[in-house]
Amino acid sequence: MKNRTKLPNLYLGVVLALMYVPILLVILYSFNESKISSVWGGFSLKWYGELFRDREMFQALWNSIVLGVLSSLCAAVIGTLGAYGMSKVKFPLKGAVEYVSTLPIMIPEIILGMVFMAFFALIGLPFGMTTLVIAHTSFSIPYVFMLVKARLVGMDKSLPEAAQDLGASPVRVFLDVTLPLVFPAILSGMLLAFAMSMDDVIISVFVTGVDTNTLPVKVYTQLKTGVTPEINALCTLLFAATLLLCGVAALLGRAPKKQESEKDVTEP
Amino acid sequence: MAKETSLKRRQARGDFLTTLPLILFTVMFVVGPLVYVVVLSFLTRAETWGTVPEFTLKNYADIAQPVYLGTFWQSLRLAFLSTLLVIAIGYPFGYFMAKLGPKWKRRTTLLLMIPFWTSSLIRLYGWIIIFRAGGVFDSLLMALHITSEPLKLLYTYPAVVVGMVYALLPFMIFAVYSSAEKLDFSLVEAARDLGASPMKAFFTVSLKLTLPGLLSGVVLTFVPSMGLFFIADILGGNKVVLVGNLIQDQLMKAHNWPFAAALSVVLLVLTTVIIWLYRKLSGVKDLEGLV
Repeated sequence: MKNRTKLPNLYLGVVLALMYVPILLVILYSFNESKISSVWGGFSLKWYGELFRDREMFQALWNSIVLGVLSSLCAAVIGTLGAYGMSKVKFPLKGAVEYVSTLPIMIPEIILGMVFMAFFALIGLPFGMTTLVIAHTSFSIPYVFMLVKARLVGMDKSLPEAAQDLGASPVRVFLDVTLPLVFPAILSGMLLAFAMSMDDVIISVFVTGVDTNTLPVKVYTQLKTGVTPEINALCTLLFAATLLLCGVAALLGRAPKKQESEKDVTEP
Repeated sequence: MAKETSLKRRQARGDFLTTLPLILFTVMFVVGPLVYVVVLSFLTRAETWGTVPEFTLKNYADIAQPVYLGTFWQSLRLAFLSTLLVIAIGYPFGYFMAKLGPKWKRRTTLLLMIPFWTSSLIRLYGWIIIFRAGGVFDSLLMALHITSEPLKLLYTYPAVVVGMVYALLPFMIFAVYSSAEKLDFSLVEAARDLGASPMKAFFTVSLKLTLPGLLSGVVLTFVPSMGLFFIADILGGNKVVLVGNLIQDQLMKAHNWPFAAALSVVLLVLTTVIIWLYRKLSGVKDLEGLV
């Protein structure tokens, strides 16, 4: 009987360990003196030095951060207001509108990228930060929308009603009662949107301008051409940032996966 | 009384106003572009650059060419194979995970979230280190005297499969887990007490009740796997061409936008059919495990 309970745990452990192998190798080789990644040439920090001198890389990192912040902020405003309004109004095509607004995370990213590229070319929008922000906002909105919607469903309806009965205007009710209550969901959604934005290669490749490289696009082109251990160093730092972000998410008390709906957060 | 209704109406108008940004954005930047691409797929390609507004079905006829059909076939096969492997690894994981105590559940979730939140390029790069000629994998096999020379797995089909499975596994795990977590394991015990073999108890009770999660996981792995061109690019060199790679090439290199649009429309229809099938089969509206 005891054997039966041990075996599944062993399986979990082995699969988890295997998941970390590629990441740990990247970290390990970032400290490798040798340029050839299959040879261990001793401990060195020289690739970090080289990374910090790489201005283009930092520009790309900065672009990615700006993009992630802007698009998750836009998504937070549009998604939150949308989820709030949708929970109150009733109209015939409501279900259809909700479905279409979550389409960007249902359809393959390649289609979204292609579609945006063609559309921006049609309306003559120059490719750059603007196009990136619009594209990233489009796939960020569904995360905020769905999380806030789930939160609103689970919320105590009597609280905004009480505020209203006490004479608060609808705007006041929203700002003073509803917003603070759904705030954790908004934050979770933004955090998720930011992470997705920072990780996106496919859509960005299509809508990025000549001189607005995002970090993932830059790393992608480097991986395709010649790989230098500088990429290892960069990846290690990014991984550290991810750990930090996960820590923040855990500190927020509710990582996105622990929402009321008890559904887990995954990438589209 | 009249005052109250006007107040209500004003409030309803206010509520509607809050949905406006969402509706406007969706119409302008989701519906609009999608409609445009459908239109684009019926337009004629100009001799030099751009398109001519002349209706044609040529772009769709072109897809029927053996080369492009082959690409679709290869994509579907790879998606199918990856999904099968992801089920084989991910289903037991999600299922066992749901049986853990609360403390270990939290820990396992965190341990899963970390690689999941890690940039997919970093994880992909790890596989380059492993697979490249004379890399970690080759060294390991040679040290164990399993092979005598490097296998040179990088830029091969198996490398792409591994990359796909690795990238998509978390989706399946989360989807199955969220379904299995709601499963009342006492039902399985009851089936066992009533004399069902472990296999039978699993197939008649556990599998049936976790099916929505499993199906959702299938959609979440199958649908994106056809478009993940960067995995095929980086781990497969140019040996593995997926629909995603084809669309990218047609857009960026061949500049045949109408054809790229037609390819996208076909892929979109395929995706819609899969999601529709999922909804029919599972009876669930939202994808389980998708937020």
